[in-house]
Amino acid sequence: MALLQIAEPGMSAAPHQHRLAVGIDLGTTNSLVATVRSGMSTVLHDEKGHALLPSVVRYLADGAIEVGYAAQAQQSRDPQNTIVSVKRFMGRGLNDLADQAHIPYRFIDAPGMVQIETRAGIKSPVEVSAEILKALRLRAEKALGGELTGAVITVPAYFDDAQRQATKDAARLAGINVLRLLNEPTAAAVAYGLDNGSEGVYIIYDLGGGTFDVSILRLSKGVFEVLSTNGDSALGGDDFDRRIFCWILEQAKLPPLNAEDTRLLLTKAREVKEWLTEHHEVQITSVLSNGDVINLHLTAEQFVDLTSHLVAKTLNPTRKAMRDAGLTLEDIKGVVMVGGATRMPHIRQAVAEYFGQEPLTNLDPDKVVALGAAIQANVLAGNRSDDDLLLLDVIPLSLGLETMGGLVEKVIPRNSTLPVARAQDFTTFKDGQTAMSIHVVQGERELVSDCRSLARFELRSIPPMAAGAARIRVTFQVDADGLLSVTAREQTSGVESHIVVKPSYGLSEDTITGMLQSSFAAAESDKQARALRESQVDAQRLLEAITAALQQDGYTLLSPEERAAIEQEMQALQTLITQDDSHAITRAVDALNHATETFAARRMDASVKQAFAGQNLNSLEI
Amino acid sequence: MAITLTETAASRVQKFLSNRGKGIGLRLGVKTTGCSGMAYTLEFVDDLNPEDMAFESHGVKVIVDPKSLVYIDGTELDFTKEGLNEGFKFNNPNVKDECGCGESFTI
Repeated sequence: MALLQIAEPGMSAAPHQHRLAVGIDLGTTNSLVATVRSGMSTVLHDEKGHALLPSVVRYLADGAIEVGYAAQAQQSRDPQNTIVSVKRFMGRGLNDLADQAHIPYRFIDAPGMVQIETRAGIKSPVEVSAEILKALRLRAEKALGGELTGAVITVPAYFDDAQRQATKDAARLAGINVLRLLNEPTAAAVAYGLDNGSEGVYIIYDLGGGTFDVSILRLSKGVFEVLSTNGDSALGGDDFDRRIFCWILEQAKLPPLNAEDTRLLLTKAREVKEWLTEHHEVQITSVLSNGDVINLHLTAEQFVDLTSHLVAKTLNPTRKAMRDAGLTLEDIKGVVMVGGATRMPHIRQAVAEYFGQEPLTNLDPDKVVALGAAIQANVLAGNRSDDDLLLLDVIPLSLGLETMGGLVEKVIPRNSTLPVARAQDFTTFKDGQTAMSIHVVQGERELVSDCRSLARFELRSIPPMAAGAARIRVTFQVDADGLLSVTAREQTSGVESHIVVKPSYGLSEDTITGMLQSSFAAAESDKQARALRESQVDAQRLLEAITAALQQDGYTLLSPEERAAIEQEMQALQTLITQDDSHAITRAVDALNHATETFAARRMDASVKQAFAGQNLNSLEI
Repeated sequence: MAITLTETAASRVQKFLSNRGKGIGLRLGVKTTGCSGMAYTLEFVDDLNPEDMAFESHGVKVIVDPKSLVYIDGTELDFTKEGLNEGFKFNNPNVKDECGCGESFTI
């Protein structure tokens, strides 16, 4: 007999029509799946009652695949075929990976994304992630008793298009319909119901197993806008374990340990850390493989001293994020704690002291992202009434395209809410131009060379027309997951070209913040650079037009002296174009315009004469 | 004429209601759809209709409309776990036949 859940008033589904939707927190260290049942967001457990699924995938010799705790247990014995922290490789090229020496995998540089060689063949990070997602989907379908309608999957706020697309691809491979990708900090805020609360700025402090992320969100009119993100991709709860581990080594004066003892003591260290979250002291006893007995005593105060530098390390990125967002501490309305490591009392205390207010901690910090994603999934699947506001995300960096002179024309400004579509008209630069190259870029700077190239494509078969006559409408469309598609269409002929942007390389979070920062810092020089390029493009266009005109009529309409005078001005402008003084170029353009006034007037007369030549006045419609 | 909840079901409903932050009780009902005629519905209640009948069981207000009541009178609502799944179950003495999935029934 099927088990029923309580629905919202009037929202009862017909039998077999339940819209089962889940939220998935696809984490670097651990992943979770949650759903809303009887109006309440809950994390789904596996058969053994575990909520967390370690994000570890192991390829076995017999072709089987292990995911989760089973795979994690074999990590040190079979490192090359046991993939951990695959999220770090999503949408990344080999060059993007720092510290390759410390990663035990056999990487293969493939176009677009790095691949990992395992005994089961070459696997892309997308395939590995799909295994984790598949395990979560099976768990959810068992727990909910039916097929999933869809899922909301969370990604870090700093994930770029490539990383988001890779996540979506992994879900598709796992047989999951992605309702939407949601930023992790936004999901945490939703779990706390902040989206229904008062408008303001919120901090999401996320200290996970191996990564630290701090995000600053602004809620206005039901939309969360990411003001800034910062973090440390090599700082997490595991570092606290390692600090205790080192302390044990020092105190017990142990020689370098074998792998088995290292694992034993690291596990011990983790237990000690968790114990000290609730207690004041702990007795550490362990028997090593050679029979040595360790017996040590550690107090909570000592532990705080041992790890205070790690806590301080999280506050630096926090300060930077505050500075990037241009905020002071008084602007902060609330602080949300995410990640298991934020259970440690001295972390909560440090955060509370820094922000001058108690952080929100009443939800389980390991589960809060998944819980928020589930709430969003429930709304998107249509299990709530329509008056519930749909939460929207914004695009992190402006999207635009390259125009003549290497300038960026922004089509969608950053922080536009998703989904969004914007169109802009462009035209041809030269007479008879039949193709146009469209270069899509992302970033805040004025010059293409300072932005990130996302994609290039060509619009061909434009009917030949005079320069500036063609009307090419370029439409940028970003869907609810932040994925971009660009369409170019010549309006008179209807020729069209289209591209879905799957950029080949990822942006690191540093690059994103760096790009934003430099756009502010370089505002003035960018303005000058833009002025220079614009004057150069103007000058070039003028020179080409005059050259064409001289070829056509220069010998019939001008005396040799007049022609020489014009050519001299052209020569002067030609020299100036290559230099970087926009004022000088503008002056030379004016001079050349002035010098060709007579020529232009004579050409006009000549063409009027030609048009009227041999025609009866009556046949002209005036 | 009565509808009852088991103690487990009642405590669950209370938890869900308090988590939801609003609502005065639980509505049980039947809809004439499904593979064998009737289907149960289970919803939170924000507003009462004039014809609604109300019962009280373990401190939870249970609301039923009179048309549904004739099909589910005497029902005990339970909350159970089956493997990883958990949810509410209608123990309805009027049922003659259920479809395989148990989501709909005939009397």
